[in-house]
Amino acid sequence: MNLTLKVWRQKNADTKGKFVTYQADHVSPDMSFLEMLDVVNEDLTKKGDDPIHFDHDCREGICGACSLHINGRPHGPKQGITTCQLHMRTFKDNDTVVIEPWRAEAFPVIKDLAVDRRAFDRIQAAGGFVSVNTGGVPDANAIPIPKVIADEAFNSATCIGCGACVAACKNASAMLFVSAKVSQLALLPQGQPERYRRVQAMVAQMDAEGFGSCTNTGACEAECPKEISITNIARMNRDYLTAKLIKQEEA
Amino acid sequence: MSNFAKTFSSSLGKKLVMALTGLFLCTFLIVHLIGNLQLFKDDAGQAFNAYAYFMTHFTPIKVVSYLLYASIIIHAIYALIISIGNKKARPVAYSVQAGSQNSPWTSRNMGILGTILLVFIVVHMGDFWWKYHNAELPYAKYEISLDNPNNIQVSELPYDANRLVHSEITDLQARKQVVISKDLYKIVNNAFQTWWYVLLYVIAMAALSFHLIHGFRSAFQTIGWNNSKYLPLVRFLGVWVFGVLVPIAFAAMPLYFFFK
Amino acid sequence: MKLDAKIPEGPLAGKWSKHKFNLKLVNPANKRKYTVIVVGTGLAGASAAASLAELGYNVKAFCYQDSPRRAHSIAAQGGINAAKNYQNDGDSVHRLFYDTIKGGDYRAREGNVYRLAEVSVNIIDQCVAQGVPFAREYGGLLDNRSFGGSQVSRTFYARGQTGQQLLLGAYSALNRQINLGKVKMFTRHEMMDVVKIEGEAKGIVTRDLITGEIETHAAHAVLLCTGGYGNVFYLSTNAMGCNVTAAWKAHKRGAYFANPCFTQIHPTCIPVTGDHQSKLTLMSESLRNDGRVWAPKTVELAQKLRKGELKVTDLKEDDRDYFLERKYPAFGNLVPRDVASRNAKEIVDEGRGVGASGIAVYLDFAEAIGRLGEDAVRARYGNLFDMYQQITDENPYKQPMRIYPAVHYTMGGLWVDYNLQTTVKGLYCLGEANFSDHGANRLGASALMQGLADGYFVIPYTLGDYLATIGPDAVDIKHIAFEDAKKSVVDRVNHLLSLKGTKTVNEYHRELGHIMWEYCGMARTEEGLIKAKGMIRELREDFWKNAMVSGTNNEFNQSLENAGRVADFLELGELMVDDALNRKESCGGHFRLESQTEEGEALRDDDNYAYAAAWEYKGDNQAEVLHKEELVFENVKLSQRSYK
Repeated sequence: MNLTLKVWRQKNADTKGKFVTYQADHVSPDMSFLEMLDVVNEDLTKKGDDPIHFDHDCREGICGACSLHINGRPHGPKQGITTCQLHMRTFKDNDTVVIEPWRAEAFPVIKDLAVDRRAFDRIQAAGGFVSVNTGGVPDANAIPIPKVIADEAFNSATCIGCGACVAACKNASAMLFVSAKVSQLALLPQGQPERYRRVQAMVAQMDAEGFGSCTNTGACEAECPKEISITNIARMNRDYLTAKLIKQEEA
Repeated sequence: MSNFAKTFSSSLGKKLVMALTGLFLCTFLIVHLIGNLQLFKDDAGQAFNAYAYFMTHFTPIKVVSYLLYASIIIHAIYALIISIGNKKARPVAYSVQAGSQNSPWTSRNMGILGTILLVFIVVHMGDFWWKYHNAELPYAKYEISLDNPNNIQVSELPYDANRLVHSEITDLQARKQVVISKDLYKIVNNAFQTWWYVLLYVIAMAALSFHLIHGFRSAFQTIGWNNSKYLPLVRFLGVWVFGVLVPIAFAAMPLYFFFK
Repeated sequence: MKLDAKIPEGPLAGKWSKHKFNLKLVNPANKRKYTVIVVGTGLAGASAAASLAELGYNVKAFCYQDSPRRAHSIAAQGGINAAKNYQNDGDSVHRLFYDTIKGGDYRAREGNVYRLAEVSVNIIDQCVAQGVPFAREYGGLLDNRSFGGSQVSRTFYARGQTGQQLLLGAYSALNRQINLGKVKMFTRHEMMDVVKIEGEAKGIVTRDLITGEIETHAAHAVLLCTGGYGNVFYLSTNAMGCNVTAAWKAHKRGAYFANPCFTQIHPTCIPVTGDHQSKLTLMSESLRNDGRVWAPKTVELAQKLRKGELKVTDLKEDDRDYFLERKYPAFGNLVPRDVASRNAKEIVDEGRGVGASGIAVYLDFAEAIGRLGEDAVRARYGNLFDMYQQITDENPYKQPMRIYPAVHYTMGGLWVDYNLQTTVKGLYCLGEANFSDHGANRLGASALMQGLADGYFVIPYTLGDYLATIGPDAVDIKHIAFEDAKKSVVDRVNHLLSLKGTKTVNEYHRELGHIMWEYCGMARTEEGLIKAKGMIRELREDFWKNAMVSGTNNEFNQSLENAGRVADFLELGELMVDDALNRKESCGGHFRLESQTEEGEALRDDDNYAYAAAWEYKGDNQAEVLHKEELVFENVKLSQRSYK
């Protein structure tokens, strides 16, 4: 099939970008979306043009490197997958496909479709851990955890840090990401000693990074490739407000 | 900054303010609605005028009403602050954003809906609250038979600056109760004879419906009150009580007077 | 140089304890005077960086990804082994040791493997303490499953994404140290060279992938935790960015490269669909716990299936050949990876392959669905089934999956001693990047174990010994060695950028991949390997003449990044072929057609090849020199692996 691509091209963070139209012909429906872009890039390279830059790595939906806002939706039109798992059979012959980078103040464009998502790392570094050193920990089975709790913590932990939640949110809010990270440890007994300190530190960093506020539209949940629930957001809100308004210790 | 100042300047703190003021306004709507149901009583507005007097002159209610005005203002100002922040969080907009495919329309348009409601509240308060308090309104005199409370004689008294807003005298000899009230009912009745004014109210109530379908439930999410056992109840109340019942009941009032 | 593995003397079970006692310690007050460079932030790198920083060392960590969390350890699905014996089914440290040595076809060191089994139990404790959400039983205790041909249930798992959960655990420990200022993290930085002063590693040269700046970083020791080189095959289950560059540069600076031809081909991958394909997707081999592998009995039936004249679901039971169950009644579908892969290849070579291309066999869940019900199968493998359907557009609940082996892991890597030090002093190598623990074949759920063992529990001890020896004096970044190394990197980058030929780098990579897969893949012959060597040389020469690399250095330039990596693969490929040529026996993942039993199984030659082949670089386009580290087996009896 043949497609018209409207791709955001931007040389670097300091220059203004614009849409450039490319023709992608003879696209196989078995290709992944990124493989389709690979083919376009091979052509561009051969013509002496700069290939389209985009982040990608594992190409199996787990590393969270790939992004792309495709026809108005992060990771494209299908739910529960990343762009690298999107196959061209999702599109129809002669479709026009608009490809944009994630747009957020906190995710500045590096080049073309690649953005800087280190804000997520900084939020994690602010408190997304249990303070245990290597060695000197109890036996793994010394801490029984009810299966439902372990499963729920796992559901939160499936976040791959791709940033689709921010990209989808009309406010560019990072609440789903942060709350998933906060929730995983807030649910588990291992996370309790630092539970309230953690949520305050991570929210403070989230605010400092310039993400927007949550208005509970649920777009993040709908677009999350790992289908993480906004229940996490409520849980984080509760913990944060408890920490700020009820807990006495300056934990 | 103090702990509280820090809390309420954080993104989550601001949202808490929105949620709490919003929920408070929701409870007010219920009270307001129950009171306004007096309009449907076939007593030429006697009960409604008595209710209006009670609401404006009973001290605890007055205190609450000032809280209410404050809530409306804070809710609107915080909405503005949050919206500006959200705008800044995405300086370059998408050229295509398919919001309809991932989120309900109401949730994405709370600002527009809220603005409609704010305009409505200003108009509404100007026409009724302001006039009731400040304008030279005529009085309604109700003579109610003690033997048959449904037998009410109404007559109009002109404005008199010295007259009490509301007075009740029971004349046992004449077997009747005489009630004289500032006649807000008449103002209401007159206002709702104009089609565009009625339309404004109906539109505002539609906005209220959409605002609350998202807003009520959203407030609970923001507070973190999402116990899965009670969440269905919150959803039910949000949609059917605050999204359907309350706006329809309110919208029925202007329509009632218009078609009466 | 004679290779000294530094395996401690004495009984196997006491070696590590004894060694730990004999290692020198760094005074706590002095630790903050040392700087350690960690390249790569996968399981090995992140765990090492975090653990060393916890001890008090200053750590500089580097990764080419935009976040340390994206390292390819994240993609491991199945699980991690540990000799906890929580299931009371007869597991022990010694059994895990034995299984790993045997699974590696007796081409790994006893001492290393025993230590790996020994610390495996600590890993699980550590991960749980960090909040890694392993699967649990209803009683709240950890669940285990049997995995990859193991006869005990010792595999801990987190649904289908154990790798991600373990990496996020290590990443969180790393983040804690970043927050404390003990680790300085450099993302989107690629290591371009090792800097040596007086024979010892004292730093690295990196390229900032955004600005193109070539930087030098000094340290008292350098740890390479840079993963495997499976992408030399172009198509593999590795991430697109996985590369050999860091290890290869170290090799060129004097680190021996051991057993490069030992690559693992994973049996349960989704088959190739066409030339556009950029990578292969693996499905956890836990699928083989319930799925049955089969192919049509005859070539005719296979042809009909390929043409679509016959539907797979219509094929009669009698016409199906459950070849693994038939040939290996004891292990059935659970034979080790190399055996399962090779048998699939045999089927395809016989013309009995299925799918449009004929390069696949079936993995069938009909029997499991009948036995357990669709819901139970969905609960176990739902995410894998969804993934399969997403990619192939076929519903595996209704018809068998098509699978075919793909390159998945490289057992070979930089030669290291018991302390994980390479042949360059001060240069260490951890995780998949080294060669040490898996011999000629890695067992399922052992890669995660090794990465974390090296990072959490080995290097924090062994590195101290070296650091205590050299003392805490600061490394002079102004030393001429840094300048020289930087210059050679700049020259190479400029050389690459000057290539304005007619073929894209990807085309070279794909061609190299074809050569490697064809001649140095699942089955190898002397004739094929000799041919491949010539082809790779030609391809490499052509690359430096006709490749095209776009853009400039001072920008985000993925074309340049890729060119540098492929150029290194073109050199590594030849060494792999050399190694495969040298090793005339079959063992583990290395199958020489000339060396097989009458039944067609891999035939080892312990008399002549019970050694690790460590190759020394001698200069561009010069033959590398082989050094042999003889493997001593005192605790296991070498036997022909049999899974019948």
